[in-house]
Amino acid sequence: MAKGTVTIQTDRCKGCGLCIQACPQHVLAFTEEFNARGYRPVQLDERAHACTGCGVCAVVCPDVVFTVYRQPARRAA
Amino acid sequence: MNILLEHETPATDLDQMEIVYQRPDALTDLATHYCPGCSHGVIHHLIAEVIDELGIRSHTIGVAPVGCAVFAYKYFNLDSCEAAHGRAPAMATGIKRVLPDHIVFTYQGDGDLASIGGNEILHAALRGERITVIFVNNAVYGMTGGQMAPTTLAGMKTTSSPAGRNPLTQGYPLHLTEMLATMPGVAYAVRRSMHSVAETRKTKKAIRHAFTAQQQGLGLSIVEILAACPTNWHVEPADALDYIRDRMLPEYPVGDFKVSEGLGDRRLGD
Repeated sequence: MAKGTVTIQTDRCKGCGLCIQACPQHVLAFTEEFNARGYRPVQLDERAHACTGCGVCAVVCPDVVFTVYRQPARRAA
Repeated sequence: MNILLEHETPATDLDQMEIVYQRPDALTDLATHYCPGCSHGVIHHLIAEVIDELGIRSHTIGVAPVGCAVFAYKYFNLDSCEAAHGRAPAMATGIKRVLPDHIVFTYQGDGDLASIGGNEILHAALRGERITVIFVNNAVYGMTGGQMAPTTLAGMKTTSSPAGRNPLTQGYPLHLTEMLATMPGVAYAVRRSMHSVAETRKTKKAIRHAFTAQQQGLGLSIVEILAACPTNWHVEPADALDYIRDRMLPEYPVGDFKVSEGLGDRRLGD
């Protein structure tokens, strides 16, 4: 199971790609389709399971399209 | 509306995860009008996060500038007003004096603050007004089409300096924050940059310190932020960050030019 994930408000994304460049796990890519504003938004690609929910994408995003989720820290057994 | 895309973790998994980042309360739910890759959007959410973390949204008042960020009052979910071009520090002075228990900040670009508003910021600093100034420096006039600003780099091509800014006839770049740091009324004067994730996080800390300085009544606090303008620099958004690092940083080094000794949570990191 992925350590974390993100949801993306694709209708808000302007396709600047800053998150793609910043993502340390390289799990973000542009979609093939255009959104209503005429941009190609980002999405998690087939490596989505590698997302750690670090939130770097949310830091650099000018349009605040990311909501970042992370697995709660596992308690010691 | 959050859209879950094909490759994302199914929604059932999201229930078991905790949210570590979401849209700050201090931002409204409007899409911004900024160009793709513009640093204004990032700086907006950094300020909003700081306001949320400090819990001051109910008594914070923003003053929007003229320039690209003219609609900042629509994007911040708090009381705001719109100042005449460059006059945000004067307006903030009035608001702060009438409502001294409120936190008042101005959000200004370099054309607004360093050019037409040079007089206002200078004298607000001399008076030591207890306001916070967020100074977004992208070295051009953005909204009007990329003309030369006082902060434009020597040799930089703009629509009004097509051969590159020649300091002999068009002057040298203005280092406003260093200038303000010499004034006794200024409590906090620093420059930060947006060219990397680490620097962006440092920018957020600096904004936090600037608001804290105002809460402690120490004087005027200013954070200059080197910001990307991909449209008027005619580069891709990702390349604009390299432009900040390679071209702007040598002229405008990041650093703390003045930090008042009384500033409380200075040790929280920088």
